[in-house]
Amino acid sequence: MATLSLHGVRKSFNNTAVLHGIDLEVADGELVVIVGASGCGKSTLLRIVAGLETPSDGQVVINGRDVTGLEPADRDIAMVFQNYALYPHMSVFGNMAYGLKIRGLPRAEIDRRVRDAAGILGIEPLLDRKPKQLSGGQRQRVAMGRAIVREPALFLFDEPLSNLDAKLRVQMRAEIRRLQRRLGVTSLFVTHDQVEAMTLGDRLVVMNAGRPAQVAPPMEIFARPADTYVAGFIGSPSMNFIPAALDQGNASARLADGTLVPFPEGHRPGSAGQPITLGVRPEHLLPGEGEGEGAIPLAVELIEPLGSETVVHGRAPGGLAITARLPGTFSGSVLPVRLPGAHLHVFDAETGRRLDP
Amino acid sequence: MQKKVFFRGRLLPLVLLAPQLAVTVVFFFWPAGQAILQSTMREDAFGFSREFVGLENFREVLEDPAWVNAALNSFVFSALVAGLALGLALFLAVQADKSLRGATVYRSLLIWPYAVAPAVAAVLWLFLFQPQVGLIGRGLNAIGIAWDYRLNGGQAMTLIVIAAAWKQLAYNFIFFLAGLQSIPASVLEAAAIDGARPTRRFWTVIFPLLSPTTFFLLVVNLTYAFFETFGIIHALTGGGPAKATETLIYKVYVDGVENLNLGQSSAQSVILMIIVIALTAIQFRAVEKKVHY
Repeated sequence: MATLSLHGVRKSFNNTAVLHGIDLEVADGELVVIVGASGCGKSTLLRIVAGLETPSDGQVVINGRDVTGLEPADRDIAMVFQNYALYPHMSVFGNMAYGLKIRGLPRAEIDRRVRDAAGILGIEPLLDRKPKQLSGGQRQRVAMGRAIVREPALFLFDEPLSNLDAKLRVQMRAEIRRLQRRLGVTSLFVTHDQVEAMTLGDRLVVMNAGRPAQVAPPMEIFARPADTYVAGFIGSPSMNFIPAALDQGNASARLADGTLVPFPEGHRPGSAGQPITLGVRPEHLLPGEGEGEGAIPLAVELIEPLGSETVVHGRAPGGLAITARLPGTFSGSVLPVRLPGAHLHVFDAETGRRLDP
Repeated sequence: MQKKVFFRGRLLPLVLLAPQLAVTVVFFFWPAGQAILQSTMREDAFGFSREFVGLENFREVLEDPAWVNAALNSFVFSALVAGLALGLALFLAVQADKSLRGATVYRSLLIWPYAVAPAVAAVLWLFLFQPQVGLIGRGLNAIGIAWDYRLNGGQAMTLIVIAAAWKQLAYNFIFFLAGLQSIPASVLEAAAIDGARPTRRFWTVIFPLLSPTTFFLLVVNLTYAFFETFGIIHALTGGGPAKATETLIYKVYVDGVENLNLGQSSAQSVILMIIVIALTAIQFRAVEKKVHY
């Protein structure tokens, strides 16, 4: 049981700054997901916590102990790698027991712990096999088992599900969540997959170019993204962004064609006529009946039927690409949509920051 | 992707194969056949008469204390060369595998000795260890160690072991380095997180994963030390002093070329042939079964 704190962690490789000062507090038993596109520095951050990379600046504190200068071995952590990194020459039992043998635990204790962990993960029949005789999902479980038996203060996951096929990924995702809850081990989980991030995390850190763009619980990130990057990254299909300007004493947005969209939540800060970006999630667009006031007639370019719903990719008269997610099925060449009042996200066009009433 | 090429006639493929086949026949099969034939003959030194003696030559060779001495020398020499060349190469490869500054230069330099001809390599070592003109040889005598490999059998053996191992070092180094680089970094990181210090990581993870490479190299090195070190021994010690560095391959030369005892020399060649066939068989087995993790 432990907490993790990062204070101003920076990292540069040959004058290229990868992390620009990360501060993070992870509470005891919490699962924090670091999510971001590739190259945003999320894996580097995890490796710094693991001790596999040295930060250029800043501190890593585990359970109140500054471990910045310590070897990975002295940090009381366990890590699950993307390619599992099992020891190919050892049996499953050997893989799981390795860390315990190094710690000099008595044989009986090692045996008990390995069998307990194998029981939890349902891999007891595999204990005598070599990694190459296992399927991807089984290897994944062994990698998890190797982390569990150590009973570490901190679990680190480096995209552990990305080598699995889609179905298995969903299954293992749920298993990891259950397991983490059950064991109550503080965890840091890195992924590029926003669905994984949303479903797993108690809190998310959305990384953008070496900076945390937003740190918050998943639903808050979804409901109130801090900037256009987060808004576009979280949610599938991505949020629509429509350029507009503040109007009517900052109580409405004026679109390019002159349509006024009032903000039911109130005034936004800013000067009159300031350019803003309106964000609307595809599922929040209101499919209009006919060509009413304020409806945008979308020229349909692509229809993706998903069964229970349909994603329609279209273009507004100005050429702006807009995606709508409709319940049921859809066919036709024009889809008139209206902007909802309630689910509008307003961002400063220049900085991309969210503008709240 | 393998592409198969079909030739229309019979002639062209035969012509294309002919040079290699000719070399193999003239330089391998013919001498080998001659050796087997001669090993059953007794011939006078001037070649005026020969008679068939069956396996008599083999019996005499195997009973000859000089041959047993040469066999013993061969085993000691091969074991030492293989041990030294493998151990040192592994150590250097581990060092080169670390991301050091100038690692590429270091790697290239280590590969050079392999390009040096055995006799030339021997001369290089001669210049170092010769008691009167050699740098190290003089140095050793200067600090009071009576160094003269021409008088002391143990010193002579040491010298040819060093020279032969140095020659083989580069080859081993390349294979070990390739083997080390094929070990995924994440496996070593996992071991580090599991709490293994570098030394322990080496013995419990790196070394076992290198074992197929090590085994392959062990066979190659033994073959090398047994059969390909004639040049080094000939140039450095000439089998002496008092046959202290006479190995099996060197004795074949001494008995056949110097003493003109062709029958017994051939019998020894045939014995060596059997050893090399056995070693090669083991090696092929190893390559086939090579444990791929």
